[in-house]
Amino acid sequence: MVYIPHTDAERQEMLAAIGVNNLDALFQDIPEKFRYPQLDLPAPLSEMEILQELQFLAALNVNANVVPTFLGAGAYRHWVPSVVDYVISRGEFYTAYTPYQAEVSQGTLQAIFEYESMICDLTGMDVANASHYDGATATAEAVIQAYNVFRKKRAKVVIAPTVHPHYRQVVHTYTQGMGLDIVGGDDPMMPLEQLIALVDENTACLILQTPDFLGRLVNLEGIAEQVHARGKGTLLAVVVNPISLGLLKPPGAYGADIVLGEGQPLGLGLNFGGPYLGFYATRDEYVRQMAGRLVGKTVDVEGKDGYVMTLTTREQHIRRDKATSNICSNEGLMALAATVYMAALGKHGLRKIAELNYHKAHYAADVIDKIPGFSVVKTHPFFNEFMVRCPAQVADINHFLLNDIEEVEIVGGYDLGRDYPGLQRHMLVAVTEVNSRHEIDLFAEALGAFTAEEQEA
Amino acid sequence: MNRNTGIRYQETHEWAWQDDDEIVVGITDYAQSTLSDIVYVELPEVGETFARGEQFGVVESVKAAADVYMPMSGKIVAVNEELEDRPELINEDAFGRGWMIRISPTNMAEWKELLDINGYKKVIEEESAH
Amino acid sequence: MSEPLIYELSAPGREGVKPPQLDVPESPLPTAMLREELPLPEVSEVDVVRHYLRLSQLNYAIDKGMYPLGSCTMKFNPKVNEVAARLGGFTGAHPWLDPEAVQGALYIMYSVQEYLKEIGGFAAVSLQPAAGAHGELTGVLIMRKYHLDRGDTARDTILVPDSAHGTNPASSSMSGLRVVEIPSDARGNIDLKALRAQVCERVVGLMFTNPNTLGLFEEHTEEVADIIHSCGGLVYGDGANLNALAGIMRPGDAGIDVMHFNLHKTFSTPHGGGGPGSGPVGVAAHLADYLPAPIVALDPDSSPEEDPYFIFYDPPKSIGRVRAFWGQFGIIVRAYTYMRMLGKEGLRQAAEHAVLNANYLLSRIKGVYPLPYDRICKHEFVVEGRFKDAPDIHALDIAKRLIDYGVHPPTNYFPLIVPEALMIEPTETESKQSLDNYADILLKIAAEARENPHLLHEAPHNAPVRRLDEVRAARNPVLRYAH
Repeated sequence: MVYIPHTDAERQEMLAAIGVNNLDALFQDIPEKFRYPQLDLPAPLSEMEILQELQFLAALNVNANVVPTFLGAGAYRHWVPSVVDYVISRGEFYTAYTPYQAEVSQGTLQAIFEYESMICDLTGMDVANASHYDGATATAEAVIQAYNVFRKKRAKVVIAPTVHPHYRQVVHTYTQGMGLDIVGGDDPMMPLEQLIALVDENTACLILQTPDFLGRLVNLEGIAEQVHARGKGTLLAVVVNPISLGLLKPPGAYGADIVLGEGQPLGLGLNFGGPYLGFYATRDEYVRQMAGRLVGKTVDVEGKDGYVMTLTTREQHIRRDKATSNICSNEGLMALAATVYMAALGKHGLRKIAELNYHKAHYAADVIDKIPGFSVVKTHPFFNEFMVRCPAQVADINHFLLNDIEEVEIVGGYDLGRDYPGLQRHMLVAVTEVNSRHEIDLFAEALGAFTAEEQEA
Repeated sequence: MNRNTGIRYQETHEWAWQDDDEIVVGITDYAQSTLSDIVYVELPEVGETFARGEQFGVVESVKAAADVYMPMSGKIVAVNEELEDRPELINEDAFGRGWMIRISPTNMAEWKELLDINGYKKVIEEESAH
Repeated sequence: MSEPLIYELSAPGREGVKPPQLDVPESPLPTAMLREELPLPEVSEVDVVRHYLRLSQLNYAIDKGMYPLGSCTMKFNPKVNEVAARLGGFTGAHPWLDPEAVQGALYIMYSVQEYLKEIGGFAAVSLQPAAGAHGELTGVLIMRKYHLDRGDTARDTILVPDSAHGTNPASSSMSGLRVVEIPSDARGNIDLKALRAQVCERVVGLMFTNPNTLGLFEEHTEEVADIIHSCGGLVYGDGANLNALAGIMRPGDAGIDVMHFNLHKTFSTPHGGGGPGSGPVGVAAHLADYLPAPIVALDPDSSPEEDPYFIFYDPPKSIGRVRAFWGQFGIIVRAYTYMRMLGKEGLRQAAEHAVLNANYLLSRIKGVYPLPYDRICKHEFVVEGRFKDAPDIHALDIAKRLIDYGVHPPTNYFPLIVPEALMIEPTETESKQSLDNYADILLKIAAEARENPHLLHEAPHNAPVRRLDEVRAARNPVLRYAH
């Protein structure tokens, strides 16, 4: 038997102690007609066999650790320092539960406290929770927080059409029973002023993203003031790429009320979309409307410093139907990974990584812009992702890049036409510190080869 | 203030006390001792109006949160702002410095429907029996 | 000695791990947008390793010993799962890749969907939800939309037993629905009389856990489902306790319309100190079209036996997506590995031994710790952590004293319907020796409660910290490092 340590003799002894003859006797309360169904499941495998199969399956996927990749759009290939996986592989961390017994969970609790502190530092905010599932669900929780701040009396929410499409969809899913009016449309070229003009006194919050889904940096100067004034207190929530904050002034410094985003770039693998990390920070005055766990510092009976989960009356296990959210399990281990990542790179390293992203992306934009048929959209400043006008459907170009070049596979950028009908033939190209100059040149060359082949055909 | 005369209760453990035309409201000593150390009090805004029985605030300990309900319909004319920094006042002096709100009542007839001390004692006895 | 915060180890100018060199020309930075300071720590890689290693040593974990948190299913987390999830072809798979480039990943997701359908008795499964509570929200939204689509618009109520996890009522109210609580009867089942009294055309459905949070099998499962169905409502099964039933009974067979699975409970994936989990949702045929989009499907043009090809499929009446991308893929790989290792027989054996272990441990402490519902339990049981002849002792004191003996306390003060509850779930991966050790400690503590109560009141004595001042933490919250 797998992972069951009992010997036959022990099993008999235990059954006797309980006062039954066999295991079946423990299940007599289950109606007989349902008991022991014939399940169509495969036979057991040994560890060796399952790993052989998994190696085979893993090899069927295109692996961004090996293949030059220019795909981002919410999930990014970054270098992960070895120390990150070392720490999150410690059994003391990854096989622990939620730190309900504080005295034997100080490792987890202090790490979360450090995580909360670093997220505050990165975003320029007062207080951060212990994480949400991902950037999308964090965005939905921002809407709910704002709704609760106004005691459910403001039913309108403005979301920029350039917030990640999945995030906007999740906001709609989460709030479908709340009767909210969610506006903002889906024209990515809508000017920011028009969006702000949608804010009124019935608006709970406005949500922006920077860099936005098209890679463009939004100038946040004065936005919070306008939103607060127009909506008499309407909250400004900003979705942000955490790596960009190594370089750029954080939304907190511009007066944002909630700052959140996808923490995957902070030391997590691509993992085909999960587990990721929703980071979330707000201002002190809203801490009681914020969802999620919080760890605070205190002392023990001898006056020694220690950490506990606190302000838990906001949470489902106490407030039940009146809780700020139903969230229970979060992304604890991923938050630990992000903490170790930020600590290991530190003040200087994260800035350096952000600069590498910036310079490499701009270099890539320069070389791609010179390729016949391709032009970079340069209306806004950008960080590590930018939009390229293409001579053909992006799907066709990507197919060519992955399959039709001799001796190399390249993963091209994201097809913006999937989400925005007006952006057919627009590719969103992501460049991080992992893309070497050689890879970038290869990519540009391959795009050139595509154009050449098109012209021949 | 004289705490023994003119004080009324409701089953959800609020007390109410008449002070001229206004009603002062808090939670009872029994309620505070059941909750134990109070760490946070959420109060309404001055000027808000509530019907009798509507929730006007929350009193929280570390592991519990209790909603607090209006004993009478009316408008909030004052809240005990001291509770924001010193929620423990409710533990220390539930009927005095731990008061929560002051109401201008819209229907004085509701006063008579509240429990007197004997009626409230029965409520406590029943709850303690569980 | 306390471990300092990582910030307190910082020295101005110290560098951490070394980023790569810039190999392209610099471009002008957007000067107006640059941040002035980034107040992160300045520490070396050695500092980081030692700090987090020391922190790890302040934790208790399954890898250290028995961790019988009721309702949480702290079973052994197999190490092969970790190796599997870290294969480069999985960690390096970008979620936006075209399906043709991720057939290995889609094969695993499809297989896990199929296995869960089979284990749960459902027609379709979505792997999208990131945790149990997330699965609940998904399930409740599915139930809500099902009624609305049928023009049944007056339904606004979810019925929840009083023994339910707090996430059940919270998920319901997040979905905009009213919650009505149903009491339990003297045997720990749902009180059928009370249930019938609440059944009406306002009912969206009932959420219930089976075995329930008392560790007891709901003896009227079918009847409960029939009562709810008779008013047009749906039955939501909270699958948190499926580890007692996997391979033994399929919830879908007994009238459950929708249920979430906790891969981090039943299927051995680690809890990570609070997450990530994974909470797939299974539904009966009439709800299949409402699952979150997309799910993984077999391309109808491909041959399932010889050359299967997997695609994403959007259910036509979907409630929408509940997260970005496709699911907790790294967790799903671990669960897949576990299911393949166990196979059909292993799954049933795991449930049988989980139940054996719980009943055995119960038999060892019965008579000493008051037992509110005396029945054969399933994977866990609930006793009272109080003694008539030791009136000052509370469940909390017992829990803290267990720490002194080097084991982890059970869940306490839940479920809410048992006073001073101690909820104990040993799981199947504990040996008889381990259970005997735990029982011996519990018995010893019961004796101490009478003879030396201060040992309990002041416990823990030898943990990294003593009891912490939670009142102070809540009254004057310190939620971040102050620079």
